[in-house]
Amino acid sequence: MAKELIKGNEAVIKGALLAGCDAYFGYPITPASEIAHAAAKYFPLAGKVFLQAESEIAAIQMCYGAAGGGVRVMTASSGPGISLKMEGISYSAGSELPIVIVDVMRGGPGLGNIAPSQADYNQIVKGGGHGNYKLLVLAPNSAQEMCDLTMLAFELADKYRNPTVVLTDGFNGQMMEPVEFPEPVKKKPDKTDWAAMGDAKTRKNLINSIYLDPEEMEEHNVHLQEKYKKMEQNEVRYEDYKLDGAEIIGIAYGTTSRVMYTAVDEARKKGINAGMLRPITLFPFPKVKIRELAESSKVKAFLVSEMSNGQMVDDVRLAVEGKKPVNFFGRMGGVVPTVSELLEQFEKAAK
Amino acid sequence: MAQLKDVLKKPSSFYDEFLRKPDNYQQDTHYCPGCGHGILHKLIAEAIEDFGIKDRTIMISPVGCSVFVYYYFDTGNFQVAHGRAPAVATGIKRTHPDAIVISYQGDGDLAAIGGNNILQAANRGENITVFFVNNAIYGMTGGQMAPTTLLGQKTMTSPYGRKATWEGYPMKVSELLSTLEAPAYVERIALTNGKNLMKARKAVRKAIQAQIDGKGFSLVETLSMCPSAWRMTPVDAKKWVEEAMMKTFPLGVYKDVLDEREVGSWHRALETVPIEKYHEILGLAHEGMEVEGDVESVPKIFRNPKVLIAGFGGQGILLLGQTLAETGMRHGWNSTWIPSYGPEMRGGTANCHVKISSDPIGSPVVSEPNILIAMNKPSLERFEKDLAPGGLLIYNTSMIDIKPTRTDIEILPLPATEMADEIGSLRVANMVIIGAVLEKTKILQKDVVLDSLNAVVKHKKFIPMNSDAINKGMEYARNYKG
Repeated sequence: MAKELIKGNEAVIKGALLAGCDAYFGYPITPASEIAHAAAKYFPLAGKVFLQAESEIAAIQMCYGAAGGGVRVMTASSGPGISLKMEGISYSAGSELPIVIVDVMRGGPGLGNIAPSQADYNQIVKGGGHGNYKLLVLAPNSAQEMCDLTMLAFELADKYRNPTVVLTDGFNGQMMEPVEFPEPVKKKPDKTDWAAMGDAKTRKNLINSIYLDPEEMEEHNVHLQEKYKKMEQNEVRYEDYKLDGAEIIGIAYGTTSRVMYTAVDEARKKGINAGMLRPITLFPFPKVKIRELAESSKVKAFLVSEMSNGQMVDDVRLAVEGKKPVNFFGRMGGVVPTVSELLEQFEKAAK
Repeated sequence: MAQLKDVLKKPSSFYDEFLRKPDNYQQDTHYCPGCGHGILHKLIAEAIEDFGIKDRTIMISPVGCSVFVYYYFDTGNFQVAHGRAPAVATGIKRTHPDAIVISYQGDGDLAAIGGNNILQAANRGENITVFFVNNAIYGMTGGQMAPTTLLGQKTMTSPYGRKATWEGYPMKVSELLSTLEAPAYVERIALTNGKNLMKARKAVRKAIQAQIDGKGFSLVETLSMCPSAWRMTPVDAKKWVEEAMMKTFPLGVYKDVLDEREVGSWHRALETVPIEKYHEILGLAHEGMEVEGDVESVPKIFRNPKVLIAGFGGQGILLLGQTLAETGMRHGWNSTWIPSYGPEMRGGTANCHVKISSDPIGSPVVSEPNILIAMNKPSLERFEKDLAPGGLLIYNTSMIDIKPTRTDIEILPLPATEMADEIGSLRVANMVIIGAVLEKTKILQKDVVLDSLNAVVKHKKFIPMNSDAINKGMEYARNYKG
């Protein structure tokens, strides 16, 4: 089939429909609005629900209702809207609802700007809502992955009954690239054992995050933690870019990783043995692989780059456990690191 | 003739034992003596039973004393966040139009923190039923002031009595919602004496029937007793509802257009579309012209074009870039297109970056272009310095009255806007430029470009003119002697 030149944000929606998404509830915000535009255009044609909510808060709660009813559902937003969704995200994690949330990150804090950013890492990966919960977090770096990882997000959300985030940035959302779309997903999982669908079979089911008794609440928490452990065992995904024999290990995700591919190539032209590990899942984080690299005698140093004040770098440092130096280079407020800046950092790390 | 034991029978939509209740009293509700919730629960449970909709019903438990509605109702159940029940109900109902969705909310939940959610759900005419329990206070959290607290009423957070000039007036939800066009039925009832209970029973059934009939949004506001938080006996509490609350909140029907609405008129059924049609729906079924790209005859510097295109918004800058990227893709190469975005958007200028390459493309950002297209003066002034040595500068002399200063680049001055005007529309100036790019770089084939326009251009009527413009651009570039 022919490839289509398409914006990442639109690829999200085409991927979502092909993954069998039944409903989209959202609220307009730049630079994520094309996702809602595409959903508004295509969902009704496929007999699916698109509804513009009165607020980000309502949008995620509509997802809560739809997901609790057992259908595949999604929403999308950007930082300021994601902050508002945190209430519903915590409830969804507590009630174990498979909702796909796309965060097209922009500059912050506050209203910030609409330029690309990666400053929502802590909010999404570490929490942001209340309680001991984790989200599955996928980080695409191309239009193709905007489609593919959105589709994967629906699979994983259902597999673990867990809200799942596609964490991307304004650049990746706005960029057009050729995308090859797969065939539609034919079979979706049966959820009649837990969802409340308004029929006899599911009448006994309860969607719930309240456990008044502390012992019961703890038991539920233990169950959640066990689930997160399974994700760490089974779902770690990363890209190995010229890691074999590399001495300086770059680590970046999303748009920053695109810049870093080129920087690695340029560094190699200059005789620096550079490589890159690109986390595709931010939770679970590829910490085992990073620790393995840290323990390799070949590896001299790590270079982490993000469009933030340094958020993912904390996870890298936890994995490296002080065994090798971890350098950080970040740009903030919507500025994208350039190839020459990263090249300079590789040179510095190689000294 | 009904037997007395049947009349007094507990409806089957109530559990026999409340096994979800984490204490040893699983046949008693958690409500206080004299509380109104139990009565309203009973009226709802009876209606569910009598209408035969137990299997279809989903009850939504909010935050407040009725947070444990799911202990009692043998239906599908959702426990939800404070105030958000109408949004959750929307999510359920829109995806399960045949479910009977009942949102059961208190006054803090519905009128304070969830004020916008109920207003908007009502205004969308969600085909749901809302039971709104107004007891003029927050019961669960320990007797704080609610939006419905009466003037002068003392609560934990209005210990000197509610004052209109400080906390505003009691909120009249039924009156407010009945001003909207979408709601089908809004009534205020009370759970005090036998007469009011008969009216209440009727209202509860009417509101649920409205949903079954697909007639849209209905809400029943119930004036209810809270002896604990009011610090009254159950008997005094009933008296207070009648003597104090009803003065501020008069009982009655505030809106009823049920008879005017057709059965099913607000039922939002979902159409089933076979997934085999998805590719067609998503526009993926089309087959565009594709060729195998060949760079043998292409000057080395243009083999991996990094194009920066800049001008005013409205000059077709983005489309120009998309056409190049689309055509590049159809030659079997990788391509990226990224629009001016973020801080660069200021001042009404538009620009975009295009990369085409046989290798995977790392950064899509073009910081050192080998092709620069400047459609207006600020663009030339700003980006000329960034062009790679030996690169190609195409600039629109119709809009630019200065000359480039670099001597280490190839320059093609082109009166694109004037040429476009002669062809018939200023809008095709970008296509004149594409023609020039084709001629100078030789990397893209013209027939593929023309076919790509079918995918990229929204207004198909311009396509013949575009083709003419591309030819004129090529001709101009071929004949230009710099």
